[in-house]
Amino acid sequence: MDLSYTDDQIAFRDEVRAFLAEKLPRRLEDKVRTGKRLEKADYEEWHAILNERGWLGVTWPESFGGPGWDAVERHIFEEETTRAHAPRIVPFGINMLAPVLMTFGSTAQQDHYLPRILDGTDWWCQGYSEPGAGSDLASLKTTAERKGDSYVVNGQKTWTTLGQYADKIFCLVRTSKEGKPQAGISFLLIDMDSPGVEVRPIVLIDGEAEVNEVWFDNVEVPAENLVGEENQGWTIAKYLLTHERTNIAGVGFARAGLENLRRIAGLERAGGRPLIENPIFAAKMAQVEIDLMAMATTNLRTLAAAAAGQAPGAESSMLKIKGTVIRQEINALTRQAVGPYALPFVSEALDEGSNVEPVGPDYAMPATQTYFNNRKLSIYGGSNEVQRQIITKAILEL
Amino acid sequence: MNFELTDERRMLSDSLRRYLGDTASHEATAKATEGETGFDPGLWSGLSEMGVIGALLPEDAGGFGGAGFDISVVFEEIGRAGAVVPLIESGVLAAGLLAEFGETEAAEAAIAGTVLTLAHAEPGSRYTLEHVETRAEQHDGGWRLSGRKSVVGFAAAAETLIVSARTGGEAADTDGISLFRVPAEAEGLTLRDYPMNGGGRAAEVALDGVPAEALIGPEGGAFDALERAHARATCALSAEALGLMETIRALTVDYLRGRKQFGQPIGKFQALQHRMADVLIEIEQARSAVINLAGHLGADRAERERHVSATKNLIGRAGRLVAEEAIQMHGGIGMTQEYALGHFAKRLIMVDHRFGDADHHLERFIRLSAA
Repeated sequence: MDLSYTDDQIAFRDEVRAFLAEKLPRRLEDKVRTGKRLEKADYEEWHAILNERGWLGVTWPESFGGPGWDAVERHIFEEETTRAHAPRIVPFGINMLAPVLMTFGSTAQQDHYLPRILDGTDWWCQGYSEPGAGSDLASLKTTAERKGDSYVVNGQKTWTTLGQYADKIFCLVRTSKEGKPQAGISFLLIDMDSPGVEVRPIVLIDGEAEVNEVWFDNVEVPAENLVGEENQGWTIAKYLLTHERTNIAGVGFARAGLENLRRIAGLERAGGRPLIENPIFAAKMAQVEIDLMAMATTNLRTLAAAAAGQAPGAESSMLKIKGTVIRQEINALTRQAVGPYALPFVSEALDEGSNVEPVGPDYAMPATQTYFNNRKLSIYGGSNEVQRQIITKAILEL
Repeated sequence: MNFELTDERRMLSDSLRRYLGDTASHEATAKATEGETGFDPGLWSGLSEMGVIGALLPEDAGGFGGAGFDISVVFEEIGRAGAVVPLIESGVLAAGLLAEFGETEAAEAAIAGTVLTLAHAEPGSRYTLEHVETRAEQHDGGWRLSGRKSVVGFAAAAETLIVSARTGGEAADTDGISLFRVPAEAEGLTLRDYPMNGGGRAAEVALDGVPAEALIGPEGGAFDALERAHARATCALSAEALGLMETIRALTVDYLRGRKQFGQPIGKFQALQHRMADVLIEIEQARSAVINLAGHLGADRAERERHVSATKNLIGRAGRLVAEEAIQMHGGIGMTQEYALGHFAKRLIMVDHRFGDADHHLERFIRLSAA
């Protein structure tokens, strides 16, 4: 048993740090650190910088132009980029669709789409959930009917993150009503410019329109946009969900959140002394830090097993639950730390270059809005209730 | 022992619930939140005409109530409707203080619907009531105020601000705090008005040599009255939180019954049933905590303030659990601004950021219990 990184891993970490010190634009770092609103162009700028270094498709194997990192190296990269306040890599094309195409796509699809994902030509979004199909994803109703060389798609997707920026959407659609619900699902690529596609923003309780409804009204999709076989969609979806979960624990986000919390608790004063010295508040901060220390090791244990070739199983469900609960607790403590200045809501102050000053300390509103926004963590990507069911069945065999 | 409301209070509660049900729908509240003042002026005058503001104040100030259970009955209904009005700011805090100091005429104006507010908390005070740095100095036989006040509820809509300022002592002393009446149009008064999470508006208030209209109460001796006013306001806010929780419960139970996944209503899943049962238990704890505080508002200082902190601590903890569990059990729809739950949950979470959060009151409860 050795809990430390190897010399090679430390050298790799230093290489990542040096890259971030040199290449991460100060402007983007500032925006992320201070909780400003990120625009499409900000993500594109960061993606391009990473791509130039060959570090955008970090989960991609070398045969597809990836860096060929193992699970521990990917973890180090994620941790360091989060720590340095880099924008996140928007996962939909890079980490979700790309692995699907590499495994299930035709050579023509791989050759066409993968380079466009890396160079930013195509911004992808995800069309999975529907109003009636959330935790029970297999009950989805959006239909794709084969007519000659095309599919005609009708229905509605929802919770489509950053769909307002997207050029294309990958969708789960129903191509058959025969047999079990899972048996009639296909995986289809749809151009957002197609006639009949409509995007409607959904404003969430943090006041932001990060997610959307996507409506399909007789949308014609070339049959060649089918990935894999017809009615193979559920297999693809399950495969994709394991990829979606590679960074499910969110250790880097939790550490960055805790660091931000500690900074704020040092600046806020309660009863004549810094909040960080208040024994009740300090106890809560310590408690969540202790949980995070253990969870980080659970995460590394899982990563080490994955690096040794074991496929991640229900362990990712444990990490999803514990990781999201820890992040949400950090978010709640940060909201609590800002005190009465959690109340003002001055949306314009989050825009870059805005001449609207925040009310109270500049960290107060991002703290509050992040708390509200991150209630989603325990809901999306398979709610924590669904994760518990997976653990119950796959590990406990109950 | 009797936990029944008096007939008068029951009638007030019933008629207020009907009125708010008709007038303060989720859509109406959302629309008012977007408006200039952050509340619906029609709803406000309606409440005034119904005698709701008068119910918060004693008879000698022109009201017909003012006891703990008058306050809790009114605010439970305000919370149940998710209504956003300056009732705590104007009716409980500002008018309550005016009534304490025999300023009957001004209190009566508040009962008739004039909006007042209390400008007391400051950028550095957090939840410490005696932290006042704003200073009042005598000038040509009057008083001039200088300092900063923070998150002053509905300040831009108020005709008059009741402003606390030091006429003696240091920032953390209870002695030396005085109250002043300041008209909204006073020279040297600057407001930065903004909307709030959960609805309503507030302002950062800058006072630069503002001439006060009058000193209210004894010079340097306003702290005890401020503490009593905040005890009543905490009772009001806690009752409002209880009302919010009741509507959240109703919305969530409806959702558990109506939402189908895996071929059945999700309320049939035992995991969710048990969590909803825990939510119910915490709401009943919150109800009892509100009753405890309402029943002790008239008690001596030590007992009253111990109940203030006990109740606000429990409301803070229960509020977070109820809001977070309700959002979780709703899933994505619970996170949208359009659906009513989001408004109620946000308002409930924000309760913990006013008049002291759960930790502030836990620490205070320990201190008061040791005394």
